[in-house]
Formats: sequence, structure tokens, C-alpha cells
Amino acid sequence: MLYFIEQCLNGVQLGMLLFLLAAGLTLIFGIMDLVNLAHGSLYMLGAYFAATFAAFTDSFVLGALLALVATAICGMVLEVIAIRPLYGRPHLDHVLGTFGLLLFFNELVRLVWGPAGMTLSLPSEMLTAVQIIPGLYYPLYRLVIILVALAVAALLYVVVMRTRLGMLIRAGASNREMVGALGVNIKLLYTLVFGLGATLAGFAGLMQAPILTVQIGMGENILILAFVVIIIGGIGSIRGAFVAALIVGLIDTLGRAFLPDVLHSMLSVDAALTLAPAISSMSIYMLMAAVLVFRPEGLFPAASR
Amino acid sequence: MKAARKAFGVPLPASWFTPRAALPALVLVILGLVPVYAAATGDPFALTLFGRIEILSIAAVSLNLIMGYGGMASFGHAAYLGIGGYAVGILWKEGIASGFVQWPAAIAVSALFALVVGALSLRTRGVYFIMITLAFAQMVYYVAQGLDRYGGDDGMTIGGRSSFAGIVNLNNATQLYYLCFALLLASLFLVWRLVNSRFGLIIQGARSNERRLRAIGISPFRYKLVCFVIAGGLCGLSGALLANHTNFISPAMMYWTRSGDLMVMVILGGLGSLFGPLLGTVTYLLLEEALSRVTEYPGLFIGPALLLVAIFMHGGIEGLFGARRRD
Repeated sequence: MLYFIEQCLNGVQLGMLLFLLAAGLTLIFGIMDLVNLAHGSLYMLGAYFAATFAAFTDSFVLGALLALVATAICGMVLEVIAIRPLYGRPHLDHVLGTFGLLLFFNELVRLVWGPAGMTLSLPSEMLTAVQIIPGLYYPLYRLVIILVALAVAALLYVVVMRTRLGMLIRAGASNREMVGALGVNIKLLYTLVFGLGATLAGFAGLMQAPILTVQIGMGENILILAFVVIIIGGIGSIRGAFVAALIVGLIDTLGRAFLPDVLHSMLSVDAALTLAPAISSMSIYMLMAAVLVFRPEGLFPAASR
Repeated sequence: MKAARKAFGVPLPASWFTPRAALPALVLVILGLVPVYAAATGDPFALTLFGRIEILSIAAVSLNLIMGYGGMASFGHAAYLGIGGYAVGILWKEGIASGFVQWPAAIAVSALFALVVGALSLRTRGVYFIMITLAFAQMVYYVAQGLDRYGGDDGMTIGGRSSFAGIVNLNNATQLYYLCFALLLASLFLVWRLVNSRFGLIIQGARSNERRLRAIGISPFRYKLVCFVIAGGLCGLSGALLANHTNFISPAMMYWTRSGDLMVMVILGGLGSLFGPLLGTVTYLLLEEALSRVTEYPGLFIGPALLLVAIFMHGGIEGLFGARRRD
């Protein structure tokens, strides 16, 4: 039972990271109608920046903050130079262009930081485990990820639902032309939204960095998971992204944790160990396929698209 | 000319000698002469490189059939490459080396998979279609990772090429090359016949306006599904060729970036033009090869080049010759 709770927490933690990535993606998708395959590159950049700045300043927190700023700047510069001409074009042109950006960033990172990965080590006070309920110790850092991501989610909710910028974002998601016609500086709004998305992606990357290694292509796998999240949640819906990210995170983690035992009752140990991760990864895509077949607009469709 | 029209059963263009027709013709002639060059210079690498180009061209031609003509943007096309390759690899491992079994199996399994994927995903539109095809391809990717007996995550080396009872010997690099060349020509011919038939008109009609098509009493779903299945089978054949070409299969053949590569080749060449995928594949793979010889970081140049093509070149390479953009 304790093991189950621990794995649930792991699932929630993965879900929170996916939410950070998917929130930006769903905003960019919902508002600018842009298929951004380079979103995972910003995730990767965030992690590399954090590893570099943390080594430079000798402080994890300072390094993380600098990395956030750097990723935000990168995102906005990228938007102005490369992304802006793609708005309003067919989705396939987005795929071609942002796929090119993905190749470019992978190579750029290899040029700047070298082909070997990096590590981002945690401050020593983060390396402890805390007792959540009697008998269950959970790594403090993973708990911090969950709490910080929840705080970001709450902040995002407040920004989107309670501020003028958020009002414009929501308006942009439901009717872009009308927002532009009402005299809003739509170019600036797009740049800001892209920068916000980039920052969230970079944040997810740097939070994940101490748990996994920082390496080239680290954003590619998780990008597809983030796409799955926003399709399940409904394109343009942050609330949908939150719920779907939790579902996907829990399915993936619990599948990996418990399927081997379940399968073991039917198969040999080796077969169960190789099949289980494959099945749990597949189950996410099956869920998405089922959602698309039965609720094509996602679980929480954004209003009137 | 009249006789030719009758023989092919479709209208032939009035003149063949336009710049638009000359480039693909030149490319095909060069592809046909590569083995001569390889024999003259004793450089077998040209055969490997251009053989790969031919094989991936077949895959791109099949993707163009659904994406360019049919408006069905499949982001999971590498799955069929993988299924075709794994059909060859798995049958070899189980002791069946005959190409007469392996290749039809590769085509049949790919077509069957396309039938399932198509039946489910053709209910969705636009970007949802892109994503659901991607999802199915990822499922196959993870299945391949789970196939412990056939190499799992690391992939598997295939110890022998498909045997065709002495008719063609695939262990001879030149024969394998010309087989790929012939199949490339055949697949171009197949797509040409398809898109100029009544069936092809319905497919293209479904791309431009499905509602009007319904209004004149045609339900496009079955036609699109058949088209999707044909493309899947053709790409499965390309996968069988690829497995023979590299003697190796691995889940990486169908990772989502491979599907992205195929999409890039088709869009780069020009969506919905017969020779576009061929030109796109040749350009993309030769550019990659040339750049990796002069620089350690080819992606630094290919990436921005693709972006520039997306921004400025409407209609890809074929669009340069004034082909109207089909969308």
C-alpha cells in the first residue's frame, strides 16, 4: 500500500512536469494555431542553461532563475525571427519549419555543450527524504517539484482567468480575428504567449534535469507525450491539460510499476520485464486514440473553436 | 500519341519537354546510371547511398498519395516502414528466407495495420488526424521495443537477404539496386494511374471539399480508407526493401522523428505532385550527405534551410516550376 502511494506520487510528479510542458504547448496551439515541434527543444535548452548557470554561480536556485530568464529570451527571439512568418500557414508548413528548428537546436546544443550529456546536481539539503505518512519516506526534491508545479498551475490560473493579459489570451483562443480587429497588438500578444510557453517548457526541463541526465534529444520523447496530453485535454484548454497531464503521468508510472507483477503471473520474468514498459507506454496512446474516436474535441474542449 | 493515350487510359500531357518534366526525368536517368558509375569507379558507397534514396523515395511517394493528393496528413508513416522491415526480419529469424513469402507478408501486414488505423483515424480532421496517426505509430514503436526475441530496443541484424529462387539475387548489390529502381518506377506509375482515375478524382475531391462531394452523392470515407490502405501497403514494401538494404531492423526505424523525416521529404519536394516526393527525398538525403562531409554539424544548416523552405517556398521544389499549390 505504501509502495502504491509512493508510485502515485511519482505519477503525479511526472504529470506535473507534463503539465508545465503541455500548458505552453496548448496555449501556443490554441491561440496561434501553431503546431510547434520545437517546443521540446526549449525544454532541452532550459535544462542545459540551468546546468551551465548552476555550475557557474554555484547555486541551484540562482542557476534555475537565470535559466528561466534565458529560456524566455530565447523563446521570444525565436518567435520574432522564425515563428512569426509561419502563422496562418497550413499545418504542414508548421511541421516542416519547426522540425527544421528541432534539428537546428539539437545540433546547436551539440556544438555549444558537446555531445556528452551534463548533470545538474541538487543542493545537499534537497537530497533528503521526508516522512509523509508513518513509514513512507519520499524524496524531498520530487515533493518540491509537485508543490512548485502546483504553484505555477495556480499562478497560471490566476493570470489567465483574472488579469487583462489572461483575458486577451482567452479571447485569442476563442476568436483571433476579433481580438485583432478590436485593436489589440496581436503581434506582441503572440510573442508574449510564446515566451510564456517557452519559459514553462524550460522550467519543466530544468526541474526534470536533476532526476534524469541532461542530454541532446531529451525533449523529443516528452514532446510527444505533451502533445498527447493536449489532445486528450482539448486543444487550448489549460484545465484540460492539467487533468490530462495527471492522467497520463499516473498511467505511465503505475503501468511501469505494477504491470511487471501482473504480467509475471502469466509470463516469465524476462518477458514481463520487457513487455511491461511497452504496454504502459502504449496504453497512453490507446487512451488518446480512444479519446479522439469518441470525443474528438478532447475531454475539456475550449469554448467555441 | 493517340495510341499511348489509349494504352494508358488517361490523358497524357500535351508536351513532355517542359522544365517541370525535365528535372524528374534527369533525376531518374541519373538514378538509373548510378551502378554504371559505381562499377567504373569501384566505389560501392554510391550504390548504398542512392539505393537508400530510392527506397525512401518509395515511402515518400506512398505518403504523398495520402498526404498530397488525399489531404490525409499522416504523421505516423514510418510505422509502415518498420512493419515491413520487421515482417522480413521476423520471418528470417523463424527460418523463412523466401522473398515470395516475406514481401507479400510485409505488404499485407502493413496494409492491414493501415486498415485499422485508417478506419479509426479517418473520423477525425486536421491536426487531430496528424496526432492520432502519430499515436498509432508510437504504439507500434513500443511493441517493437517489447519484442525481446527480435532484438527489443537494440534491434536485430538480419543474417540473410530475401531469396527469390534464383530470379534475382539480392546479395548482388547491383541487382538489389535495380530492383529498388524498378519498384520506384512502378510505384510512381501506380500513383499516377490512381490519381488520374475516377478513384483519384474522388480522393482529390475529398481533399478540397468533402461537403460538396457528399452533396453529389459520394461518401468519401471508403475511398479515403482504400487510399490509406494502398499507401500503407506500398510503404510496407519500402520497409521490406530497407530491411534488405541495411540488413538491420530496430524500433528506431519508426520513431516519430523518422515519420517527420518522411513528411519533410514530401513537403520539401512539393505536396500533391507526382515527382515531388522523389525530388524531395533526393534533395534531403543528398544535402544531409554532402553537409556531413564538409561539416561536423549538418543540422545547423539543414534545420534553417527547412524553415526557409516552409516560410518562402510555397509548394516545395515542384512549386518552383509554377505548379499550383494544392491545398
